[in-house]
Amino acid sequence: MIRVQNLVKTFGSFTAVNDVSFDVAAGEIFAFLGPNGAGKTTTIKMLTTLLRPTSGAIELDGLDPQTRQNAVRQRFGIVFQDPSLDGELTALENMEIHGVLYHVPHKVRRQRTEELLNLFELWERRKDQVKKFSGGMKRRLEIARGFLHTPKILFLDEPTLGLDPQSRNQLWNHVKKVNEAEKVTVFLTTHYMDEADRVAHRIGVIDHGKLVTQGTPKEIKEQTGSESLEDAFLKLTGSTIRDESANSTDQLRQFAKMWSGGRR
Amino acid sequence: MSAIYILWLRELKRYTRSRAQIVASLGQPLLYLLVLGFGLGPVFKRAGNGDYFQFIAPGVIGMSVLFSSIFSGLGLLWDRQFGFLKETLVAPVSRLQIMIGRTLGGATVACIQGLLVMVICLLAGFRPAHFSAIPLALGFMVMIALNFAALGMAIGSGLQDMQGFQLIMNFLVLPIYFLSGAMFPLSDAKNVLKYVTRIDPLSYGIDGMRNVLGASNAAFDPRLDFMVLVVVGAILMVFGAYRFSKIEI
Repeated sequence: MIRVQNLVKTFGSFTAVNDVSFDVAAGEIFAFLGPNGAGKTTTIKMLTTLLRPTSGAIELDGLDPQTRQNAVRQRFGIVFQDPSLDGELTALENMEIHGVLYHVPHKVRRQRTEELLNLFELWERRKDQVKKFSGGMKRRLEIARGFLHTPKILFLDEPTLGLDPQSRNQLWNHVKKVNEAEKVTVFLTTHYMDEADRVAHRIGVIDHGKLVTQGTPKEIKEQTGSESLEDAFLKLTGSTIRDESANSTDQLRQFAKMWSGGRR
Repeated sequence: MSAIYILWLRELKRYTRSRAQIVASLGQPLLYLLVLGFGLGPVFKRAGNGDYFQFIAPGVIGMSVLFSSIFSGLGLLWDRQFGFLKETLVAPVSRLQIMIGRTLGGATVACIQGLLVMVICLLAGFRPAHFSAIPLALGFMVMIALNFAALGMAIGSGLQDMQGFQLIMNFLVLPIYFLSGAMFPLSDAKNVLKYVTRIDPLSYGIDGMRNVLGASNAAFDPRLDFMVLVVVGAILMVFGAYRFSKIEI
């Protein structure tokens, strides 16, 4: 379903993604793991038409994201690292905008919205403004929205960041459910190794822009002789801390937090 | 088409839901209208320029349309950081459609805002030459709104943080307003001021409104006003669409 060959992305003299190749089969849950700044988000951006690769080839469902942009976009859903809902609108309205943008026919849109909101336990709150939702509810709504246009692939970029264990657990159960029911391929990134271990069929570990290893969680643990995936991950990527400097987005987010009394 | 419609509708819904903001945004025009209108009125009259309140009302309407439309474009900054922009940019819809939907939405909101201020002006004692002039004035309002919603979109596309926002406010939005002749007659402007006011598109919008509403001291021919707004508006639309197409996230 996803085929990546010798993918490279450079920003000036900095190589964010360096000669990465992997395949994800249809219906598979693939976890893409790596420390901060390893190149996960850059890779996702290239897979989802937001960035052009410097070199290398990408195929999503047999299509090149660069030349068949809209056809590819129709085929995937994405949940971004930071929220992408409109807080002023209700859950239902957020779903509706998504449905219209993805050309989902009116009838199907209504029916699927109801199904998905029920599945993600948000139907009761469908007429509430999203800004009144908790972090976990927002995430669930985003994932439900990502499934609305029946994508073949769902990208989840650190979907559980900042959620409590209950919400995380529930979220992954939902994702697994839809993965099995609709045979959706799931491509996810996370910093919680236990999640990857539990949810993913296969794992790829990326560090400094290079794919360090890939395989099933079991294979990776055996390969490094570790008890847990977390140990294996540390063995593969070392234990130095990668500090990212705060960019304008972080600063603005700080500002907004101040502004809205920490509601976001 | 449906993408344009749904994004237009979104802007409208956001506007009608923020009641506090609607009231707040009426405060400033009200202040200009009442304080300047009644405060400077006697001086203006003594100088032989007629009724200042009649003169400034179209200016204040133009101001609220300007602010509201340009801010709709700068709203991109929020949408970019708090996410909704990304949702639209990865959708299988062209950027042009997204830009048009947003711009039309912003312009519509600005026109509603302008109408509200016009109602306030009428309540406060502003009298157009004839009530049939109001649809014509509305036409000018729409043109001002489209021009500056497109400009806002062009600027918002490149805006990264709040500091940039302040810069735009102080060095673009306020100058556009003060140099537009909203508060003083352009026909009397001299030297540099005369030329600077003439390159400000808002000058023509407000002058056009003054023309059709029958206020004295209009500086240009209303047909010229309209033509300038159409031409500049078309350029700003293309510019806005271009800048929007270059957004990277």
